Amino acid sequence: MANKLQNLDDLRRLREETKQSMLSRHGAETQIIVGMGTCGIASGAREVMAAILEELAKRNLNVTVLQTGCIGMCEKEPLVDVVRPGENRITYGNVTPRDVPRIIGQHVVNGQIVEDLVVGRVD
Amino acid sequence: MEELALHILDLAQNSLAAGASLIIIVINEDAATNLLTISIEDNGCGMDSELVKCVLDPFTTTRTTRRVGLGLPLLYMTARQCDGDVEILSRVGQGTKVTATFRLDHWDLPPLGDLATTMVSLLVGRPDVDLLYRHVVDGREFILDTRELKAELDPVPLTEPKVLTFLRTHIKSELAKLHGGE
Repeated sequence: MANKLQNLDDLRRLREETKQSMLSRHGAETQIIVGMGTCGIASGAREVMAAILEELAKRNLNVTVLQTGCIGMCEKEPLVDVVRPGENRITYGNVTPRDVPRIIGQHVVNGQIVEDLVVGRVD
Repeated sequence: MEELALHILDLAQNSLAAGASLIIIVINEDAATNLLTISIEDNGCGMDSELVKCVLDPFTTTRTTRRVGLGLPLLYMTARQCDGDVEILSRVGQGTKVTATFRLDHWDLPPLGDLATTMVSLLVGRPDVDLLYRHVVDGREFILDTRELKAELDPVPLTEPKVLTFLRTHIKSELAKLHGGE
C-alpha cells in the first residue's frame, strides 16, 4: 500500500493559511533567479534554493523564484539574481545558504544591494 | 556530484529544458536483487537516434555557452564504477527515459542524498510542470503526485514557498519511514 499524503487536514490548513497570506501582499513583484545548470547544482545551488524558499516562507513577500541553466559563469556558481521592479538586475556569486537571509532582508526587502557578494549588474 | 540526488536533479533539468510537462522519477532499492535502479522519464521533445548515441560523450551538448556537457557523462561514470549502466530510450516528439542501475552494495556507490530537496527544487518557478515520484525500498513504496496535490491546494499554487517547504518536510519524513522499515 502506497503511503500517499496521509494528512489531508495538514494540506487543507496549509492551503487556507497560504491563501490568506497571499491576499495580504501588495506592490510589484520581485524576481529571484537561481542558476541550476550542472555547474550550479554541483556547487551547491540546491541548498541555496532551499534556503531561499525557507526565508520566503517565513516572510510572506511578493517574490517569484525562478531558475535558469548555465550562463557561462560556472566558476562563480551558485549564482543568484535579484530583479526588483524598475531596478537593475543584480547578480550575486558564490552564494551560500548563509548569505540568503542577508540578500533577502537587505536587498529584496529594503532595496540595498549586498555589495560584497555582487559579481555582475545588468541595466 | 557527491549524491545521487544531485544527479537526479541535474538530469531532470534536461527534461525541463526539453519542454516536458510531466516528469516521472522512480527509485527502486532492492536488496534481494542487490540493485539500485533510478529512472527519469519525461514527455519532452525527445532526441533522435544520432543524438542518443553520443549523449554519454562529454563533448556532446545542446547548450550554447560552451562545448561540453557533463550531466549524463558524470552519471554514466558513476554507474559504471558501481558495476551498473545507463540506458537511454528516446523518441523525437514523445520524450526520453534515462535508466541508471547500480550494484546496491557496491563500495563506491554514492549516498542517495537529499531527495526531498531535489524534488522540491525541480518544482520551483514551474507551475505548469508535474512530477510523479515513486520510491520503492524492498517492495514498500512512497508515491508523490503533484497533480493530486495541486487539485487539493487549488487556488494556492504549488510553487508558493510555504507549500514547497511543507512538501520538503513531508517527503523527508516519509522517506525516513521508508528507510526505517516502519
